[in-house]
Amino acid sequence: MESAPPDTSTTLAAREHARAQGVRRAEYQPTVPARDAIGVVDRAGEAIAPERMLWDDVVGPGGESSRVLPRGALVRFTDVDGDACANLLVYNAAQPLERLNVADTVKVQWQAYLGAGSLLLSDMGRVLLSIVADTSDTHDALCGASNRTRNEEKYGSGAVHGDHPNARDRFAVALAKHGLGRRDIVPNVNLFKGVTVDGEGRLHAREDEPRPGAYVELRAEMAVLVVVANTPHVLDPRPGYHVTPLGISAWSDRATTRDDPTWAATPEGERAYLQTEELLATTGARS
Amino acid sequence: MSGTNGTPITVLHDEELEARAPWAHVIEPGCTLRIVDLEGNQAVDCILYNADDPGERYSAPDTIVAQQNIFLVAGSQLLSNEGRPMMTITATECERHDTIGGACSRESNALRYGFHTRHEHACVDNFLLAHSWRGMGKRDMTSNVNWFMNVPVEADGTLGIVDGISAPGLSVELRAHMRVLAVISNCPQINNPCNGFDPTPVRLVISR
Repeated sequence: MESAPPDTSTTLAAREHARAQGVRRAEYQPTVPARDAIGVVDRAGEAIAPERMLWDDVVGPGGESSRVLPRGALVRFTDVDGDACANLLVYNAAQPLERLNVADTVKVQWQAYLGAGSLLLSDMGRVLLSIVADTSDTHDALCGASNRTRNEEKYGSGAVHGDHPNARDRFAVALAKHGLGRRDIVPNVNLFKGVTVDGEGRLHAREDEPRPGAYVELRAEMAVLVVVANTPHVLDPRPGYHVTPLGISAWSDRATTRDDPTWAATPEGERAYLQTEELLATTGARS
Repeated sequence: MSGTNGTPITVLHDEELEARAPWAHVIEPGCTLRIVDLEGNQAVDCILYNADDPGERYSAPDTIVAQQNIFLVAGSQLLSNEGRPMMTITATECERHDTIGGACSRESNALRYGFHTRHEHACVDNFLLAHSWRGMGKRDMTSNVNWFMNVPVEADGTLGIVDGISAPGLSVELRAHMRVLAVISNCPQINNPCNGFDPTPVRLVISR
């Protein structure tokens, strides 16, 4: 049965009507403040103390979220229902001219496929994020993300205000809120949707069994701006716009130090950590 | 002078770009840029911009996704970050070219080869200098093409710059679909085989 239209005929009535909405819950929404998040546990199953919580959000299909995280933060992306695709961009929060460089990330580490132990490198030879845990093991550092042209061709529409939002415009909106623009959108990485390259150079979308609850945890090795959209992978073979919610939790922890195995796991990675340490020492951000 | 199909062509610009040097030039729609690897196995790093709106620029991801292959070959269409065709490879005598290996920088050289390379010249410095001529800057750095460079990916994901498959005199030809600003770094890298450990000149010919 249809309810009566709300009374919004006066400012007082409109205010009452607006305020009455505050108790509602959407299917996808952040917990504000993040310290009120319920049931966030670390990999050992220990509850995260509320005062450590930095970010708690659920991004629905086609949505986007962004946050500046301090050095040492751990951010966990969760493929809640098994069909998320986290289109991820990362910037040095203190100097966003320094940003993710996927070509350097794969070239410096001699490895096209990302997984636990991978470093997400900046264009200044430093570590932005390191992957500390990964139960998904299917990611992509080659294929970038959708733009409006592509989504219009594939899905019939691509506008952010429509049913098939494209990642590029999502990035543009999020970046604008941090003083950045379209020129600052660089090739991104995708979590939870992988591709492989065969001997002839052909790209193939990996078609793994869905892994609901799979997660990736990344450590901020400097203060970072993280921008993430949740849109279908550009090589998704299905004709429809399929993507399920992306969970995000972040909490304060500690950055990688010289006694961690990750630090010197490779000579290239060690030098990236050393270049990072040097920057932080000279900008007073060392911890 | 005539083109590959016998029709007369007008050479608008013909230059030998010295080893290690940057270069930038606008190429009008319908015009062709030919890059000649004069002495063989010389990587030519290249970024394309929409000359009228440099926020639109070459996108390696869009390009490789559209053709579902990481290698650039004859017929490959170079797409922008807005998904629009910028240039097409109309002919290439080198079988394939790279677009996932990025451009060498002093910062990444330090990671790959050691801090002793920190003050060696690098492609990103060339690009930044070329950008500075037009009021552009580091925000305009993006993915690039590496003409004549060979970057295979193994089955386990291992990838790397290996010995080239180009040879002296081989060339690649690109036709512009929009007003393109082509910015080139004649790669100065000496720590991997992309230039045969000896950077050499290339010839750049723009014709209509």
